[in-house]
Amino acid sequence: MTEMIDVKNITVDYESMVRPDKVHTSLYSDPEIFEEELDKIFNNTWVWVGHESEVPETGSYKTAMIGRHSVIVSRDRKKNIHVLLNRCRHRAATVCEGKRGKTKSFMCPYHGWGYSLDGALRAIPKPEEYEGVFDKSELPLISLRFETYQGLIFATFNDDIQPLEAFLGGAKKWIDLFVKQSGGFPLKVLGDHRFRFPGNWKIQLENTTDAYHFPIVHKSFVSSVDEQTADIFDFLDGEGHVEDLGNGHSVMVMIPELVDLDKNLDDPIPERFQALAEELAAEGHSDAEVRRMVRAVGGSGFNLNLFPNVACSMAFFRVLAPVSVNETEIHHVALGGEGAPAAFNQMRLRLHEHFQGPMGFGTPDDAEAWERVQKGSQAGTGEWILLNRGQNHLTTSPDGNVSGAVCSETGMRAAYQQWKKMMTA
Amino acid sequence: MTDLSLLNQVTAFISIEADMLDFEEYNAWLDLWSDTGVYVVPIDPKETDFANTLNYAYDKAEMRRLRVNRLLSGEAVSTQTTDKTVRGLSRFRILEDSDSHVTVRCAMYLSECRHGNLKSYPADVTYKLMKTDNDFRIEEKVIRLQNSDAYLSSIGYIL
Repeated sequence: MTEMIDVKNITVDYESMVRPDKVHTSLYSDPEIFEEELDKIFNNTWVWVGHESEVPETGSYKTAMIGRHSVIVSRDRKKNIHVLLNRCRHRAATVCEGKRGKTKSFMCPYHGWGYSLDGALRAIPKPEEYEGVFDKSELPLISLRFETYQGLIFATFNDDIQPLEAFLGGAKKWIDLFVKQSGGFPLKVLGDHRFRFPGNWKIQLENTTDAYHFPIVHKSFVSSVDEQTADIFDFLDGEGHVEDLGNGHSVMVMIPELVDLDKNLDDPIPERFQALAEELAAEGHSDAEVRRMVRAVGGSGFNLNLFPNVACSMAFFRVLAPVSVNETEIHHVALGGEGAPAAFNQMRLRLHEHFQGPMGFGTPDDAEAWERVQKGSQAGTGEWILLNRGQNHLTTSPDGNVSGAVCSETGMRAAYQQWKKMMTA
Repeated sequence: MTDLSLLNQVTAFISIEADMLDFEEYNAWLDLWSDTGVYVVPIDPKETDFANTLNYAYDKAEMRRLRVNRLLSGEAVSTQTTDKTVRGLSRFRILEDSDSHVTVRCAMYLSECRHGNLKSYPADVTYKLMKTDNDFRIEEKVIRLQNSDAYLSSIGYIL
């Protein structure tokens, strides 16, 4: 445990810093490593930037971050989606502020250059001084390569990497399962909670595949739910597992009976959703519709961790944006059904508020633990972060993947191996 | 013409509520509410349809009770690391006054100290108060944080 690494000489020696069972503590705190991560990871892979429901109509836009790059996701007049660098081609000012909304165009506030929804440069005040200098068609907003899967939009700065679906690989099956939770309606983003914590982004990346902390950190949440729900969340001794899906992705199944929300629709309706079922039935929805919505309303029984910046986490998207080596912004994106009954979406919103966000009954305790990890990791002269839980009890999943107990650190090991692969490329 | 007597009454009531929260008299705070009261911390300060949008908090009676239990239980590590909050309320203005209710808006300046770091949360707060015999019960309290639409940090207490 006290094996020393000469940190001064290992900034390029990522092989020795990421072992099969542990990672060097400087991965949380070395600013040089952080700068290299932005370049080698965030500039070189598929990064989640949004969901199609966030840009539903012509003129809809949202902003997102890819590492330090501000980008705009927009929908043009032909209903096509674009991912554009949020930077005027003239003197670099951002052309779009705010989280999301609707607009007819993007206007630079500095000299009034105007861009259409697809990024084309349309208007330049007093253009005569550019006569013979350039043509407007040469200077659209810089457009990024993007691809979508099941409505999830991923963009990349690297035009040469593999297609998104190849990158997602074994994770696609789990995305297909995750999007079943809108109760028979198209999945729709309902809003998001945004907060920051003073810690490295990988602490958050680890957390989504860390079941071990749940009964400790989230004791107060478990105390706030009914006995039946508390039993469901008592999953450490259950039949769940963590599976390495390749390319740094992993899935942690906590509640196996809630993996496929289209199955077991005849199961008894849980006590906490009884009132919702009665309300939906009173509104005239059929028994089959009510059962489908009630089964879906609490979300899926697993966390799908997609390297490097998003998780399909039970009932929401958990998105991370590295701010600095010791600061990370998190978005907890609430989901519901487009056109679903108000009672269904209201229940999803209330469940999200109960656990997530800076005033939820869960997130603040996670953030406290992460802050303490960052602080504690400064102690010592070159210690290690352990990732060896469950490594001697591995099995092979039906899909042929490495699999460990639900509270194993299999998913973290998968993420760090991908980290090493990209940092040493 | 402002009804100074009513303004004094609501100011006194709201000041006591603030004092209870700063001094963690949470169970007494629960008694200030009407049974149908709603406590809301919206994300979008312009939002008015709280039930159908995502909020930081949207607490009816049961959730308020659970929130208080969480704060007092000692089970939540994030609630143990915030030292006392200090809040001041001012700029009281009566927006509506009927036989049954009075609606008041004011400014709140709240500071917290977590891990030795002082942080402030200014907010516009609107109270809808139900009139009772010589007193009030809270029907709705909406806290619109000045930075609600950006990003926050953990809030391990009641705003």
